Amino acid sequence: MSAPPDSAAFLAELRAALSAEAVLSGAEDLRPYECDGLSVLRELPLCVVLPTDREGVQAVLHLCQRYGVAVVPRGAGTGLSGGARPIRGAVLLSLARLRDILAIDLENRTARVQPGVRNLAISEAARPLGLYYAPDPSSQIACSIGGNVAENSGGVHCLKYGLTVHNILALEVLTAAGEALQIGSQAPDSPGYDLLALMTGSEGLLGVVTECTVRLLPVPEHTLVLLAAFSSVVAAAESVGAIIAAGIIPAGLEMMDQLAIEAAEDFVHAGYPRDAAAILLCELDGSVVELKERRQEVEVILQRHGASAIRMAEDAATRLLLWKGRKAAFPAVGRLAPDYYCMDGTIPRQRLAEVLERIAAWSVEYGLRVANVFHAGDGNLHPLILYDANAEGQLHAAEEFGRRILELCVAVGGSVTGEHGVGVEKLDSMCVQFNAAELAQLHRIKHAFDPEDRLNPGKAVPSLHRCAELGAMHVHHGRLPFPELERF
Amino acid sequence: MDQSQTLQAIVQEAHARSRPLAIRGGGSKAFYGRQTPECDRLDLSGHQGIVDYAPNELFITLRAGTPLQVLEAQLSEAGQILPFEPPHFGPAATIGGTLACGFSGPRRPYAGSARDTVLGMRILNGQGEILRFGGQVMKNVAGYDVSRLMVGALGTLGVLLEVSLKVLPRPDHAVTLVQRVDPATAVQRMNLWAGQPLPLSATAYDGEHLYIRLSGTGSAVRAAQTRLGGERLPDAEAAAFWVALREQRHVFFQGDAPLWRLAVAPATPPLPLAGQTLVEWGGGQRWLRGVRDATALRQLVAEHGGHATLFRGGDRHDEVFHPLTPPLLAVQQRLKAAFDPRAVLNPGHLYVVL
Repeated sequence: MSAPPDSAAFLAELRAALSAEAVLSGAEDLRPYECDGLSVLRELPLCVVLPTDREGVQAVLHLCQRYGVAVVPRGAGTGLSGGARPIRGAVLLSLARLRDILAIDLENRTARVQPGVRNLAISEAARPLGLYYAPDPSSQIACSIGGNVAENSGGVHCLKYGLTVHNILALEVLTAAGEALQIGSQAPDSPGYDLLALMTGSEGLLGVVTECTVRLLPVPEHTLVLLAAFSSVVAAAESVGAIIAAGIIPAGLEMMDQLAIEAAEDFVHAGYPRDAAAILLCELDGSVVELKERRQEVEVILQRHGASAIRMAEDAATRLLLWKGRKAAFPAVGRLAPDYYCMDGTIPRQRLAEVLERIAAWSVEYGLRVANVFHAGDGNLHPLILYDANAEGQLHAAEEFGRRILELCVAVGGSVTGEHGVGVEKLDSMCVQFNAAELAQLHRIKHAFDPEDRLNPGKAVPSLHRCAELGAMHVHHGRLPFPELERF
Repeated sequence: MDQSQTLQAIVQEAHARSRPLAIRGGGSKAFYGRQTPECDRLDLSGHQGIVDYAPNELFITLRAGTPLQVLEAQLSEAGQILPFEPPHFGPAATIGGTLACGFSGPRRPYAGSARDTVLGMRILNGQGEILRFGGQVMKNVAGYDVSRLMVGALGTLGVLLEVSLKVLPRPDHAVTLVQRVDPATAVQRMNLWAGQPLPLSATAYDGEHLYIRLSGTGSAVRAAQTRLGGERLPDAEAAAFWVALREQRHVFFQGDAPLWRLAVAPATPPLPLAGQTLVEWGGGQRWLRGVRDATALRQLVAEHGGHATLFRGGDRHDEVFHPLTPPLLAVQQRLKAAFDPRAVLNPGHLYVVL
């Protein structure tokens, strides 16, 4: 994508429409925006615009349409797949200054917020009313609700409380042409097609969110966390299946393997048992009487599956400490090596053991260590591949290793991304998960909203051409992934 | 039995000749949507079978023509349920038809809707291509969420072939309480309680009595029961009440007068409407009978952030769903064309132009 023929005039019009300080175009001003949370992919945009209201966003989109300039929307920039990575010659549209909580409706239990409002800020504002916003991605202190909608963010409580798509009621969206769409409402369901579902997780390709109404839930009466140590990851995974089979849906179920445990323990001293092959964190919520029963049931199941040590945290401080180790797992692992590459595949839980076995084998093959953090309740696996970008060939090896993990996730019936999105990072892996007809259908959906392909172009859905070349390359190397596995 | 290939051939043929198809599962919901001219039928009722069911993974994958009865019986054996408690509206009801209509039952405001339950789908688009989106896992953000888009689209975007759904354990206990209150108090209470950590699983108000169902562990249900008060319905009577309500066999639904479904922000006070209103879903879904001035009714409901559907009966040649704003309608027309360029799948069933 190249800059418009007359970029000086374009920038002048942007400044006139917003304000001089709301349009950044000097290289040093653009630098902070050169990447999102996936920092290996960097690019400078034509300019960064920082509107403060919907009218400003609309003015930017109108000008971009007139000049034929592409637009990359950006929330807090915490995304992990390059979804908000700038495109050369395109405008980077930051929604960070649209940061007001517009209304909290206690009776209907909803909050109407601007896209730049931080995820955690919604829960903080609702807390005095006994309510909160359920999806809680690990980046919740920083990430914005607009970005959550774009990525359909999850968090550690998805199994019981769902993803972003299950917790929002309405969106105000501007199309690439700057046209406003009111999607959904406080009423259940909505007439016509479910654009709310379609828009959620569309990675900024279908529209720019300028307002969002979220559903608020009552804060549970009581919460407790159980920590169990296991001598094998298989035993830990089986205990998860047994808990669910007993009819219990925990609020959170997280697993970490030995390397992740050690890293977290060194970093935050949460009191995790260092000698365990795996630990399981199980959060239960509900009424006090209910939890008394549930806790016993879960403890029995854990013991039956060989849990060697079980600790329980009921008070907020201990609970937070146990969670802190998990929530800090990424930065903790980050201390073990100069760089790490965070993967985000999903798999049916019953295939966990074989997936981990293969990852361990590849770890030896590539000479790169891997720590595994697993949202055990919902099958979302985050292998963290440790490498050193300054060591010859290691980045390339880490990327290839990662790609093979994602291909394996697809082969066992899962997905190349559970919550981080495709962005630019997983475009090649998308070619493995979807065939040409499916990708063509996704492109037709895009064009129904954005016929000129100007909103975040080239992200999220790979071109058929790209996949064809990749397919040829795979055959060239004589290595089609997992020929022995039945394909879905 | 898997009839995907046969169904695909029919849709390909229809596409080639630009001949519309009327998609039909068990025919239990033929009353719903706009009435359209007679055309060739695409019969899904033989495309049956449970393909994969892993109770411990909380998902089930099945062919769209599978009867709801068969599905629910299978789940019941493992002590599980469909969270959205769908209405059947007849013994032949299929899961495909239920999802195409987007119908949910009494548990919906507390456990999610039909669309919330969907994990993935295999569909036939209007060109007769078999496409798969989503999967069997709870979290999957690869590609646009096409499978949830299909829910409520009345088959106008694609023919549902196979669906994967999230299932949940059946709660151990359920208790239904009844309280005699006025309409305004009923709506207030439903919304007050929904903001508190209570094991609510259904609420309804018939104009005189507020019905509250609590589901969960025995201790949680007992604690909530003590707190909320009211007369406890005997279990058999309670179960029959919720089924009758869900299946629209409750006395309110009897007779041939047109049935309107009003969806509003749940805390909306009772609306100034002549005749009785039956309230469900914590106040979010309200039913109304009789021939009404559609424009006036829709305007009133829209003022409360909602929409009105002519659910059964009345003039079904005109629009039965709430009119869309011009920008939304335009986008939806382009979406329709993106899936079904020659408009062969249930054309005009949802809106005249979709």
